[in-house]
Amino acid sequence: MPNVRKLAGRGGLYALLGSFAFFGAFPFYWMVIATFKTDHDLFSPLNNPFLFNEPPTLDHLKLLIFDTHFLQYLLNTLWVGLAVVVITLVVAVPAAYSLARWARGWGEMLGIGIFLTYLVPPTILFIPLSRFTSFMGLQESLWSLILVYPTFTIPFCTWLLMGFFKTIPKDIEEQAMIDGLSRFGAMSKVVLPLSISGILTVVVFAFTLSMHEFIYALTFISVSMKKTVSIGVPTELVRGDVFQWGSLMAGALIASLPVAVVYTFFLDRFVAGFTMGAVK
Amino acid sequence: MGCVEIRALSKRFGEVRAVDHVDLATNEGEFLVLLGPSGCGKTTLLRMIAGIEEPTAGELVIDGRVVTHLPPRMRNIAMVFQSYALYPHMTVYKNIAFPLRARGVKKEAVRKKVEWAAGMFKIGRLLDRKPRELSGGERQRVALARAMVREPSVFLLDEPLSNLDALLRTSAREELRQFQRRMGVTTIYVTHDQVEAMGLGDRIVVMNQGKIRQIGTPMEIYQWPADTFVATFVGSPPMNLLDQGDTLLGFRPETFLPADAVEGSEGVVTYPFEVTYLEYLGAERLVYGNVGEKSHARHVVSRLPGSLILPMEAGKTYPFAVASRDLRRFDKKSGLCREGGPS
Amino acid sequence: MRGPSVSNPAADGARGGILDREGALAKLMIAPAILYIVAMIGVPFVLAVLYSLSDATTGDPSIKLVGLRNFAAALADPVFRLSLWNTVFFTLASQCIVVLLSRLLATALLKTFRGKWLVRFLIMLPWTAPISLGTIGWLWMLDSIFSPIDWVLRYVGLLGVPGALLGAGTNLYYLGIPGLAISSIILVDVWRILPLATVIQLAGLSSIPKDLLEAAEVDGASPWRRTLMITIPLTLPITSIAFLFGVVFTFTDLVVVYVLTRGGPVHTTQVLSSWTFFKGIEGGDLAQGAAISLFMFPVLAAVAILILRMARRTEVV
Repeated sequence: MPNVRKLAGRGGLYALLGSFAFFGAFPFYWMVIATFKTDHDLFSPLNNPFLFNEPPTLDHLKLLIFDTHFLQYLLNTLWVGLAVVVITLVVAVPAAYSLARWARGWGEMLGIGIFLTYLVPPTILFIPLSRFTSFMGLQESLWSLILVYPTFTIPFCTWLLMGFFKTIPKDIEEQAMIDGLSRFGAMSKVVLPLSISGILTVVVFAFTLSMHEFIYALTFISVSMKKTVSIGVPTELVRGDVFQWGSLMAGALIASLPVAVVYTFFLDRFVAGFTMGAVK
Repeated sequence: MGCVEIRALSKRFGEVRAVDHVDLATNEGEFLVLLGPSGCGKTTLLRMIAGIEEPTAGELVIDGRVVTHLPPRMRNIAMVFQSYALYPHMTVYKNIAFPLRARGVKKEAVRKKVEWAAGMFKIGRLLDRKPRELSGGERQRVALARAMVREPSVFLLDEPLSNLDALLRTSAREELRQFQRRMGVTTIYVTHDQVEAMGLGDRIVVMNQGKIRQIGTPMEIYQWPADTFVATFVGSPPMNLLDQGDTLLGFRPETFLPADAVEGSEGVVTYPFEVTYLEYLGAERLVYGNVGEKSHARHVVSRLPGSLILPMEAGKTYPFAVASRDLRRFDKKSGLCREGGPS
Repeated sequence: MRGPSVSNPAADGARGGILDREGALAKLMIAPAILYIVAMIGVPFVLAVLYSLSDATTGDPSIKLVGLRNFAAALADPVFRLSLWNTVFFTLASQCIVVLLSRLLATALLKTFRGKWLVRFLIMLPWTAPISLGTIGWLWMLDSIFSPIDWVLRYVGLLGVPGALLGAGTNLYYLGIPGLAISSIILVDVWRILPLATVIQLAGLSSIPKDLLEAAEVDGASPWRRTLMITIPLTLPITSIAFLFGVVFTFTDLVVVYVLTRGGPVHTTQVLSSWTFFKGIEGGDLAQGAAISLFMFPVLAAVAILILRMARRTEVV
């Protein structure tokens, strides 16, 4: 009875996918609910947590926006993110191009070496780096983050771009040189315009990786006003010993979703970088 | 204008000698073909002339100027790659205009030249399209137009016809030759296809393993190959080679005919030819067989013109012959030809 | 027939400049990256080693070498030993689960179905959202009083009534009881890495040339045999890479432990990263902190080498 089997197969597939989707997304679904539930509803253990037993409220959002530094956190995160993107682009693009095109043999090795520095964890480096930032007078400043975050964006993005530049045929650059440009001119006027999607990928990753970062931010910054959203939300939305759950969830939600949406679009490229070109 | 002199040019990649002490000089306005199998160094040589490959040793002179280490943009050459290397994000117009814009030519002058070049290759109606919208033949013309728009002194081509399908290739070949004659630009053309080389070239440079084996007109190359490599590379089927002690005796399949059909005022050499296999190809017949005693029989091929209707069968032996003037002798050890060139 | 003439700047005797020279330009373009990495990763790493061999604290951060004292002290410290064990255990447990689940999920995602983009988006959320914020969501789910999970368990009678399977108490203290706390950490670790592993495995599975599987089908191989003898061997390198990256991220993770339990209750969920933080940064003992963190290094180096080997072993056809 092939149809029943097929149906059962399909059903099984949907069940499986549904469970995984549920597992992955449930905490976020929860954030949505908690954002709009009144405290009274939220903190009554007998109330059904999945339904709105009392009408939804915007109080938590109001608290978040007007009574906390949340907007400041967002601004800080934005500022750090953009600065890190710029630094990463300026350093990684030429490096990746150089490695992709002009280094026979040792280029590949160096590229892999650079990528592997991505694996050196912040928890080994944060002690010396915290001394370093205080030595530079950058403690409690967003500049400490801007200075340190490229330690993970540059290695990863250089590797990513290397793979990307390799897909542009050499012919085109050589043709441009014969047509009258210098090597550098060929790169900037012909190759870069063709690399827009690769560069866009780097922008997205550098920004999202900065936004996600927790450890360095926690270590270098303790002044509330200077916090990024990643550490600000978990550490600041506390009154005494009590979490402001509603606002906490609201903050987490607002800061997570837009990034997640954009990141999802670029996920394939991310994986290409991770599999180190193992999967073409 | 358009004189390229190559003096002892070499290129090494580690241990490998891709181009080994090549000496060559072009004649003005000629269509010079670099011919050879894959890996013989012809493309590397072309790239060195273009300036996208640095020579390890030797000198390159274009129009009296030493250009050996100059970047490509300073050599006044144009090149067409096998892939045509059209800029995918630019329209045909911008592609053709690119070399001019790169040199800072003003917009009005650019437009005039682009229209002139496009007209020459009859692609005027394609100027607003992007490369991905064009057929193979159209792309090739755009590449040629872009190359010619600057009126270079030397024109380099790297197997530009190999991406076209067979039918298109022959007509493109004809057009290319006519165009080159009209423009009178010295052209250096790389190919591995010997039919193409023979059809296009004023002179052919046969290369193997980084060295030049022979330079000559198609007829010189074909009739008087300098060594066994040229003899067997040019011509399909290749020249027959028979062992004769320390000499190799060579003769082309079309000179190996039934004894009655051979006319040799200077003498004729006969061989009993035992046929093993026949191929009927319409305009000609290829007859494969053996010559010589059973113990050291040698495989030879005969090419019978379609007009020769003599019936032949596998398994039988027929008296075949070659005119003495069609025989070539090669030294067995070095492979070099023993006698001189055409009389 | 020649067109309007154009001047040729190459006719003057100029030579190429630096923008033409391949060698010099290549080195120039890669220099900033190398300099930055050496300065901000290489040098701090060396410093970390020096700190671990010193007696520096935030009060007196000067480096005076005192030998392997800190390492010995760490090994003698039961909390350290516990965190070392936890790190290894949490990592292996969570990643083994992840490898299996991600393979299952990746196989499912190979198929076409409606709403794929939505499913993908939801499945990817744990990785695409900032880790600290996603973990905050779990903080509530695992709360000792208000956990929705407990609510459901109570609702179906598995909890909260005498004789219930999970006990009569109203709540399971997911983050308060050592066993449950450990399970919770492992759960969140799995939750976080699953998307990444899935996408990597998916890439691997889709790269198997269809011909191979079709040829095997024609040869009469059953789906199981095809999976065992073709799919699994061919995707082994990619699966290993997915596993190894998961290991790296979980092994060095601070966020999940910090946000959920701060290493409690009573250090039972302490891991190397969090212990380093508490000792070295919050506690001010730079030397000890550095020493503790360096215990991670051998494992990371080994993993890096394995990743390289796997990446080299990849292509098939």
